[in-house]
Amino acid sequence: MSQSSFKLAVEDLGKDYPGTVALDEVSVGFAPGEVHALIGKNGAGKSTLVKILAGSVAPSRGHILCDGVPIALRSPQDAFAYGIAMVYQELSLVPGLTVAENILLGRTPKRRGLIDWAATYARAEDVLARLGVTIDVRARTGDLGVAQQQIVEIAKAMSFDPAVLILDEPTSALATHETEQLFRVVKGLAAAGVAIIYISHRLQELHSIADRVTVLRDGHHIGTVAMRETSIAEIVQMMFGQVAQQERPDDLQPGTIPVLEVQGLSRGDAFTDVNFELYEGEILGIAGMLGAGRTELLRALFGADACDRGQVLIQGQPVAVPTPPKMKAQGLAFTPENRKEEALIQAHSIRANMCLASMGRIARRGYITRVEEQAVVDSLVTQLEIKVADTEAPVSALSGGNQQKVVLGNWLGNRPRVILFDEPTRGVDVQAKQQIFAAMWDLSRQGIASLFVSTELEELVEVCHRILIMREGRIEGQVRPGEISADELALRCMGETHNG
Amino acid sequence: MGERLWVWVKRSIMEIILFVLCAILAFEAEGFFSVDNLLNVLRNVSMQGIIAFGMTMVIISGEIDLSVGSAVAFAGCLTAYLTQHLAGAGLAVELAVPVAMLAALLVGLSVGSLSGFIRVRFGVPTFIITLAWMTVLTGSAQLITGGFPLTPFPEWYNFLGGGYLLGVPFPALVFALVFLTTHFLMGYTTLGRSIYAVGGNAEAARLSGIEVGKIKIAVMAIVAFLAALAGIMQSAEIMSGAATTARGWELDVIAAVIIGGTSLMGGEGQIRGTLIGVVFLGILVNGMTLMNISEYWQLVVRGALILSAVLINRAHQ
Repeated sequence: MSQSSFKLAVEDLGKDYPGTVALDEVSVGFAPGEVHALIGKNGAGKSTLVKILAGSVAPSRGHILCDGVPIALRSPQDAFAYGIAMVYQELSLVPGLTVAENILLGRTPKRRGLIDWAATYARAEDVLARLGVTIDVRARTGDLGVAQQQIVEIAKAMSFDPAVLILDEPTSALATHETEQLFRVVKGLAAAGVAIIYISHRLQELHSIADRVTVLRDGHHIGTVAMRETSIAEIVQMMFGQVAQQERPDDLQPGTIPVLEVQGLSRGDAFTDVNFELYEGEILGIAGMLGAGRTELLRALFGADACDRGQVLIQGQPVAVPTPPKMKAQGLAFTPENRKEEALIQAHSIRANMCLASMGRIARRGYITRVEEQAVVDSLVTQLEIKVADTEAPVSALSGGNQQKVVLGNWLGNRPRVILFDEPTRGVDVQAKQQIFAAMWDLSRQGIASLFVSTELEELVEVCHRILIMREGRIEGQVRPGEISADELALRCMGETHNG
Repeated sequence: MGERLWVWVKRSIMEIILFVLCAILAFEAEGFFSVDNLLNVLRNVSMQGIIAFGMTMVIISGEIDLSVGSAVAFAGCLTAYLTQHLAGAGLAVELAVPVAMLAALLVGLSVGSLSGFIRVRFGVPTFIITLAWMTVLTGSAQLITGGFPLTPFPEWYNFLGGGYLLGVPFPALVFALVFLTTHFLMGYTTLGRSIYAVGGNAEAARLSGIEVGKIKIAVMAIVAFLAALAGIMQSAEIMSGAATTARGWELDVIAAVIIGGTSLMGGEGQIRGTLIGVVFLGILVNGMTLMNISEYWQLVVRGALILSAVLINRAHQ
């Protein structure tokens, strides 16, 4: 394709944030009528690229071309004026309003100052008809399924007649049959000449939706390939690159006594018949794609959500109806996926946050003083190398990595036997990541076991003794890090065979 | 140096304002700065103040209790009603009164626990639950008294509301005791730390293994118990159980807590701050009364000052 045939293109685009280069020398074009997938691991630069295209982030370097002419996008309104519309991952619909009102939000046709309902419904129906879907425009939006809401969201964007439509992980909340419905709409739009930029984490779906794929890694443009001429395995290879494998220290030997046994655990649609054992001092990884049920499993093990069937045994003893206080008393610890919302009290001090789980242990018969807390906090700050001037400062002042260490420290004060880590490295810088891994290895030496869930598969390969593969709520197998590379693991998580 | 002074001023802003107010009143309001008058202020604020300490715990935990005013009236009426009936049934009045008081305290505790339980079990906001209690308790107080004050109390009962011990009004001593207890509870116990945690981020608290449900039930029970305690002392002061007393107290109590710097969003606040808030409101009313300012103006000034105090607190957060 020649440069001029692109509706929208970027040349040598770059974006710097303090301390990191989020995007560097990216040149790619988007043609009318194509579905162009944007692929990469977390932090690869996909979001930065589309935010620049949607006008909400300004680039540090490079050009944006619309119909071959350089343009400046200073605000989302600018992007709008050039016909670029974006549908964000989080739905922005008002659940209490009708479908028609949501599609035409703020622009409902009026007559004598009142909403002209006949015209509103007619216009909304017209927009949906062009998408080739039938949704009752009079329905309350909150009553629709997630897929239909996603389509209403696209209809809302399409009511502006954009030439470029950006979709940020539109299928992340959808079931398979819902995905198909969405794909029909997206393909219909492409056939009508719209350029579609499609961000996805689900590599499996690329074959059914994408015409071309651009892979980003660490802010760099690794390549753009036609979907017809490539394979998932090749794309995974491009995503991961040649990773210098870090070595797990070899003095870590898991024990032979199981500390945690899971038998036939099931919960609704989240996970089914999960069985495994975790041994003293073992670091056990759980690999899987988004939506495989990993987070749900960890939450259930900690008693944060109830289970339908199965049981959890700690040191051979079954725990009846697990609850967080009960599991804590049994020596379990849990660092949740969403640190900010679920693990920390943002307005409270670092000290208070580090004594949340362990205050019962620090106190003597319910009596607790700052001096006693401070002693525990100080030793944890040293042990975990938390960079902090004053532990009385609010925890919100810390960087992601240090916040994660506070969450871990909160639990270490309670002297756990097993720690459940859910995405402990999300939003954490490289150095803090290594420190968190070092802490896990250190815990392993003390006989403390870890169950480690991460989307970053190379981390699992680097850190764990053993990795369980979870797919669609089931444990599909287990591997040892020495036997497998991160990209092979990714393929197994997707259920692709080697010739796929 | 300048900066440290500024930090100190910001942190102690309500104390400074209270001090300035006292200084002005000492010159402008005749009779303000006397031991008798100050003890009188203390007595006047004691009963609402006792509840305000409990309310501080409730608000820090992220909840609210709108029923404390009617709980005061109900507890007084229940004590009077039971005293009358137990004495009528032949029980010596010296025994009937303590039994009735104990029953009123237990009923208060149960009402609060039930609010907490409904909150935890069914997820109904305490705003709604205690709004319902407000009318239920007012109605119940009217029902058991038949709409007229009951006066079955012996002479000595008045000591609990109007008596002096070592020259200090008895309610003020209870007020001091409740202050010290709640201050200790919030500052130096795992219960207090847990209350802050639950109000700051209930999900984080839950996932740290804190028994969020029990904490919420506990704070609701504590404030209802303290309201019943205040109700007994109130009935002792007026020597009767009357369904119409303490009307609107919930607003004064919440105002004192908010003036004291506690955040309505939960997670932040101090018992010490509430002490300042309670004394501030008491001194304001007393000073204006001494200066012969009309009651209507007093209401306007009080409302304006409550709003200003909140704005000042907000400004330096």
